[in-house]
Amino acid sequence: MALQLDARPPVTPTPGRSRPSRVGRLSRIDAKYSPYLYIAPFFVIFAIFGAWPLAYTFWVSLHDWDLLGSDPDFIGAANYTQLLADSDFWHSVVNTLGIFVLSTVPQLLLALWLANLLNRQLRMRTGWRMAVLVPNVTSTAAVAIVFGVLFGREFGMINWLLDLVGMDGIEWKANRFASWVAISTMVDWRWTGYNALIFLAAMQAIPRDLYEAAAIDGANRARQFWSVTVPLLKPTIIFCVIISTIGGLQLFTEPRLFHSGTNPIRGGPLRESQTMTMYMFENAFAPYYNFGYGSAVAWLLFALIAIVAAINVLIIRRLGASARPPEARRKGGSR
Amino acid sequence: MATFPRHRLAAVALAAAGALLVSGCGSDTGAEDGKITLTVDVFGQFGYEQLYQEYMDANPGVKIVERGTGGNLDEYSPRLTQWLAAGKGAGDVVAIEEGLMVEYKANPDNFVNLLDHGAAELKGNFLEWKWNQGLTADGQKLIGLGTDVGGMAICYRSDLFAKAGLPTDREEVSKLWPTWDDYITVGERFKAANTGASFLDAATNTFNTIVLQTAGNAQGYHYYDTSENLVVDSNPAVKQAWDTTMKIINAGLSGKYGSWSEEWVSAFKQAKFATIACPAWMTGVIEGYAGPEAKGKWDIARVPGDGGNWGGSHLAVPAQSKHQEEAIKLAKFLTSPQGQIGAFKTKGPLPSSPQALEDPAIAEASNAYFSDAPVGKIFGEGAKTLKPVYMGPKNQAVRTEVENAVRTVELGQRNPDQGWQDAVNNAKKAAAK
Repeated sequence: MALQLDARPPVTPTPGRSRPSRVGRLSRIDAKYSPYLYIAPFFVIFAIFGAWPLAYTFWVSLHDWDLLGSDPDFIGAANYTQLLADSDFWHSVVNTLGIFVLSTVPQLLLALWLANLLNRQLRMRTGWRMAVLVPNVTSTAAVAIVFGVLFGREFGMINWLLDLVGMDGIEWKANRFASWVAISTMVDWRWTGYNALIFLAAMQAIPRDLYEAAAIDGANRARQFWSVTVPLLKPTIIFCVIISTIGGLQLFTEPRLFHSGTNPIRGGPLRESQTMTMYMFENAFAPYYNFGYGSAVAWLLFALIAIVAAINVLIIRRLGASARPPEARRKGGSR
Repeated sequence: MATFPRHRLAAVALAAAGALLVSGCGSDTGAEDGKITLTVDVFGQFGYEQLYQEYMDANPGVKIVERGTGGNLDEYSPRLTQWLAAGKGAGDVVAIEEGLMVEYKANPDNFVNLLDHGAAELKGNFLEWKWNQGLTADGQKLIGLGTDVGGMAICYRSDLFAKAGLPTDREEVSKLWPTWDDYITVGERFKAANTGASFLDAATNTFNTIVLQTAGNAQGYHYYDTSENLVVDSNPAVKQAWDTTMKIINAGLSGKYGSWSEEWVSAFKQAKFATIACPAWMTGVIEGYAGPEAKGKWDIARVPGDGGNWGGSHLAVPAQSKHQEEAIKLAKFLTSPQGQIGAFKTKGPLPSSPQALEDPAIAEASNAYFSDAPVGKIFGEGAKTLKPVYMGPKNQAVRTEVENAVRTVELGQRNPDQGWQDAVNNAKKAAAK
């Protein structure tokens, strides 16, 4: 084509001049916009499954929306004002935060300790490293049901063991703190290994000569861990904390399946372990079918996650900023 | 490291998209080798297996798939509501429990009006109150055809009664407890014998039985009056049932096995309680949970007090069904007197059709699992004269709150007075939501 055009330049001057310029414009457009096209699939999927539901939920939360009703009434922020004065809602917030703290803190400390162990010269090292991930690949529902049975009042294994050592059985499902402990155990069993592997990956990226230098300066293993390993793991710890925060505050399957029988969505007769997501479900679906109110819960949950994540980042930044870890944390260390 | 969240999100999005595709295929009721597939959604034990086969043999163009047998009503009803709200996913024929009927009737457009499809002529096939339950308040729309009624009895383990030195014959056992106070006295005798089992499963079940019986015999309503005002705190029937239940709890008769929980099921298996409030549909539940090894160890006696009804359902056809005509035909078949007799024979739900109740197949029926108890006679006699209880708009939510209050007292978390305050306050809160 190009050769033919070159052979007859005077005959068709106008298209000849315009064509290269159109191609040029196209290639400029190509260079400028095609990167966006390449990353578009992610954003399109995110828009459909992330942003749109978020916006729609907000829209729903401004209505008196019966799930089966046909014409929802616009009521502005009334759902939010009602919710802020709802003692059951705040009860579920406290439960969520309680379970979150009770599960996340030991989980990350344990993961750090596990990672440190796995980072040493061990026999069958790969085997051990694979093994810690096994709980994570079991289905949450199965874990929750098994733990629900283990923590049964009369037929549960935990109470049976307590009985063997002469202690009274614990009402795991109708005692607030006990149910938090039981649910945290479930969460930790599942996620400790996962976090340990992430910590391990980050630990392996730390140059060995730092440890050698520390050893020459007379630092023992514990000192090396707190003064070299932990500070250098800061970005990884922040990542794990944020991911755990998001997961912990959205906790649903474990507490929901921990309770069985009539209306398990309450999380116990006095809502002992009802989390925010369960409260959202209780209101948006059975037995209330109040979709607007449930959506308002969802948005406040979103706000709470954002706040807690921000607090996390601030705390960890501050901890990491101080060159030497405080004395208390050394004592609280694993060895 | 920054790629972690993105991978996770993308994976989640992919999984979600995959799930949508799968569920999209799953709910497709399209024709398969020229047949129409009708999906029936139920919970608990409806006993329709034989009837499906019969219907498919008579209608070779129809294939019936059932979902949900053995499931819990608390899990089934939110699912059904979601399907209806989404306009997709519900079966062609769906079961609706009587306590939830009023809520579904509030939005009748979600269902086919069966009066437009010649259902009016079937009115005589049902007990009058059962028919009316399926009818909207203005009487213009019928969304459900009655399946069963609950009736009321007490199922008991005769082996545990023998161990406690109590009579085991059902006539004699029935004579032990003309009233609930007598029932408590028997319970105390049973408890004193230290059999290792409790007298009853859970105070919530007994409470529900007493409140339905007391209300049915009095005004005919419990939590809501017939003008749909919440009357939990002012209805003497509710308070009376509450007080009787508190006596049961104080006497230490309850095994505290939360009804429908895993512990409840285990307690059935391990014979951990001797009696249970027993509407007709409960016989199928007991047989399922206690298992074949307990066959012949269970029996049925009359309920203390005077009659009553707990539970019973309707079949409805959602407006979203793609095969409405076929689905209506199937629903009519399953709720016909013959269909109800068939279901009764399979799993024991008591018919809501007077013709079926009078049929020798019911009147003379006995149940081998329950030591050949004459179930047709025990349940059937009460059913015809049964006094129903009106269920208000938020009945399920209010009932949940009141029963939860019973549960907190049973578990020792609240004393009876605190429990009653909780019941009243939480019921009001629930009704306002």
